[in-house]
Amino acid sequence: MTGGAIVASTESVGRRREILYFALRGKKVLISSSILIFFAVIAVVGPLIRPGDPNAFVGPLAAPPDGQYWFGTTTFGQDVFAQFASGLRATFTAGLLGGSIAALIGMVVGFVAGYRGGAIDEILSMFTNIILVIPTLALLIVITAYLSARGIFVEALFIGLTSWPWAARAIRAQTFSLASRDFVDLARISGVRSVRVIFSEIAPNMSSYLFLTFILLFGGAILIAASLDFIGLGPTEGTSLGLMMYNAVAWSALPLGMWWWFIPPGIGITAIVGALYVLNVGLDEIFNPRLRES
Amino acid sequence: MRRYFGRKLFIYILTFIVAATIDWLIPRLMPGNPVQALLSRSHVTPEALPALQAYYNNLFGLDQSFLQQYLNFWGSLLHGDLGRSVYLSGSPVTKVIMGALPYTLGLLIPAILLSWWVGNKFGAIAARRKWLDNAFLPLGYILTATPYMWLGIVIAWVLGTVFLILPISGGYSYAMEPSLTLAFIGSLASHWVMPFLSLFLVMFGGWAIGMRNMIIYELDADYSNYLTSLGAPSSLVRRYAYRNALLPQVTGLALQLGVIVAGALVTEIVFAYPGIGKLLLAAVQNQDYFLLQGIFLFVIVGVLIANFLVDIAYVFVDPRTRVGMRGGTA
Amino acid sequence: MSLQVNDLRVYYRTLAGDVKALDGVTFEIADGEIMGLAGESGCGKTTLGNSLVRLDGRMKLVGGTVTLDGVSLPIADFDEMRHFRYRDISIIPQYAMSALNPTRKIGKMIGELVESRDVRYREIRPELERRLSLVGLGVDVLERYPIELSGGMKQRMVMVVSTLLDPSLLIADEITSALDVSSQKAVAQALQSFRDHKFVRSMIVVTHDVSILYQIADTLAVMYAGRLAEKAATDVMMERARHPYTRLLIASLPEVGVRYDETRLSGIPGTPPSLLNPPTGCRFRDRCPLAIEKCAEEPPFVEVEPGHSVACWRSAEVAAAGDAMTVGAVSAVGDAAIATVANRTVA
Repeated sequence: MTGGAIVASTESVGRRREILYFALRGKKVLISSSILIFFAVIAVVGPLIRPGDPNAFVGPLAAPPDGQYWFGTTTFGQDVFAQFASGLRATFTAGLLGGSIAALIGMVVGFVAGYRGGAIDEILSMFTNIILVIPTLALLIVITAYLSARGIFVEALFIGLTSWPWAARAIRAQTFSLASRDFVDLARISGVRSVRVIFSEIAPNMSSYLFLTFILLFGGAILIAASLDFIGLGPTEGTSLGLMMYNAVAWSALPLGMWWWFIPPGIGITAIVGALYVLNVGLDEIFNPRLRES
Repeated sequence: MRRYFGRKLFIYILTFIVAATIDWLIPRLMPGNPVQALLSRSHVTPEALPALQAYYNNLFGLDQSFLQQYLNFWGSLLHGDLGRSVYLSGSPVTKVIMGALPYTLGLLIPAILLSWWVGNKFGAIAARRKWLDNAFLPLGYILTATPYMWLGIVIAWVLGTVFLILPISGGYSYAMEPSLTLAFIGSLASHWVMPFLSLFLVMFGGWAIGMRNMIIYELDADYSNYLTSLGAPSSLVRRYAYRNALLPQVTGLALQLGVIVAGALVTEIVFAYPGIGKLLLAAVQNQDYFLLQGIFLFVIVGVLIANFLVDIAYVFVDPRTRVGMRGGTA
Repeated sequence: MSLQVNDLRVYYRTLAGDVKALDGVTFEIADGEIMGLAGESGCGKTTLGNSLVRLDGRMKLVGGTVTLDGVSLPIADFDEMRHFRYRDISIIPQYAMSALNPTRKIGKMIGELVESRDVRYREIRPELERRLSLVGLGVDVLERYPIELSGGMKQRMVMVVSTLLDPSLLIADEITSALDVSSQKAVAQALQSFRDHKFVRSMIVVTHDVSILYQIADTLAVMYAGRLAEKAATDVMMERARHPYTRLLIASLPEVGVRYDETRLSGIPGTPPSLLNPPTGCRFRDRCPLAIEKCAEEPPFVEVEPGHSVACWRSAEVAAAGDAMTVGAVSAVGDAAIATVANRTVA
């Protein structure tokens, strides 16, 4: 076993127990996880309760919520709750996929730049900074506007391809500080190849940081996807929470006071993203004991 | 100092070149002929089609080599020619965007400055008073997690539809013509309030939370503990902590600019506010690619300029940067 | 100035329980005395130094009193202590390298600090400049930012700042740890000159490096696991220490100009006990070569001769052992041998 792995494993048993202890007691973690699970359940179960195409015209036009249509209907008589549940699925998918892709790219760029340093770092950093400055949404608008058919996966893919820079920078900084630690030097001297050093020495010691970064990327992807959908550049098939808001505004739900159409999707996004931010803070406190309030 | 700014400028120019190139490249990478795509979705009469086709072919320069097209693009760009808007029947894109720009800036600049200032102050106070902190923290997280357009929708609905206090669409009353009268200015103002408020609140949440965390961190720093050990009053320690916590907030502002601009764009859509956001929506809905690309380039330039301004501001705020430049003594 | 610390107990609150960092410490310091406070990491010496100045949020005063110049110090009351800080009792912290506000010119910071303590910066400025030259810093340093100074310069700067208002008691916490040997000497000498110039009346110098204390301290106090093991005048400690721990500590120091042939440089095997649930009785019991059954009962810290106090049941026997510099002497008294001693050749 390499030095870092030994260090990691002897500390990890006690640490894992400690983490679990606090995770199950941390108020922030519990509340935010509950919220996320709640919405995930709706996303999974909802379409089963209300099967069929959420965009189908099924009910009375512009009806407020009642016993049958829990969230009322749209101007065209579509079931808002069915759209909401289906939209939640799309939102979670976009967030998870987009967040994962961004995390992956961010990790690759961050690790390599942070570990190798030198010319590679200069080039990668310049590349990262360039993409960082370009406003993500603007870039996505230009890209997706030209796509004739848009699906969730393509949308998530492009979100992932454009929102990785800040993660890369953060991971690079962490890698820098870890790379100067003794056990990494030990591995390096022993002739272990860079890739292996990164995977077996550096990454495991950053695992909590990586997870926190992923949570933030997840939340960010959801917000970006919602904005894209709201401009009308969302998926051409199906529905999403952002798309619901787009339609609501486009079909004058505001002056008509059809609050049941535009309030739920916003609450969904706000609650999920908010829960992710709070989860991030809560987990950070657990992973870094210094932040804990005694 | 010249080297520092020179290097920054170089990166920004490079970024602009990359962004503009992406902008120019994308339509040409998409399957099919861009002119065909353009025309097939617009509602032109069959008789006019050949003429328009020839016009756009010429405009796009598709009959020329790739390199030549690229150079043409830069040529017209540097002349301020961003093409002509299809949707607005041929008006120059530059002129169209310039017309909408003041409205967007009128929202953005006050919202950014005010939310940053007030948010930081509020975050600092919250870090000090536990009761305020406990009450505010969840609200802050909710605000910063709220998508910009949704807060705009909620505000528009509550103040506009339910309570009928403020108008929910347009930059000024549709019944008026722009003029330098008090009535017009009043109308401008009343239409401005809600979109501004919406932008302000979301950003405020973010800054306040950020500042709160930074202050807590600074209050526990070594220099803070040292001052306290020497009996310095908490007001002095707080003052130092605040000034030091501002620095990452300035950097944060630069990083957030892209997100903030995006937020302004979608907020304008909610309120049908005649800024660049509304233009953007129209461009997308009408597949007006020139307009779309023009907006993109404008946004890029705007963000780059803003970044540069923040870099300048940072040099003034953090004395250490000036030291590093003139070369410290050992 | 006079300081009396009586049965001081300060515990750290942790989620796992109370860490008994300081568990009954009693000593006195006379006017003009430089007392060295030594011990291993985690023995409580930094806690002792810090608790006299500033009890932070995690620490709680469990018992004991501190009397400075006849006045009882309200160390548990954060706001009350403000009156005493800097003027009566001051500290050069362990983190002196990062103790200066990075974004403030040093002179400006000092000015704002002293003004907040009701001292006019303009009036004290000449004295400040005098002291700067005393430690070898130019006046231009006041116009600089901390980032422009080297570690040694920052250390000396903090020393000047901490003593600017002529405190009665100064606590110097690990001020030589991060420095190279020649800087260490300079700093140690600066400390002594502060006392000689009467900028500071008495000092507590906290360090794990006994050799520095040998040079500047009048008395030495050795702590172990939250308690005082021994306190005496420095030369007495070095030659006639009566606590096995003290002897071992001093014996583990290499001597300059001495070449050891077959002797191993000895440490003290084992580690200090956890202060979360410390063992009853003498806390050095498990590592002590002289431990007997009686050590299960905690030995009191008693004065065995004027100015010399020890906490050990067998202190008389240790005294009889003679030469403190040989580990062999200590272990000869005890049962288990710690290191082999063959010859000593002087180079």
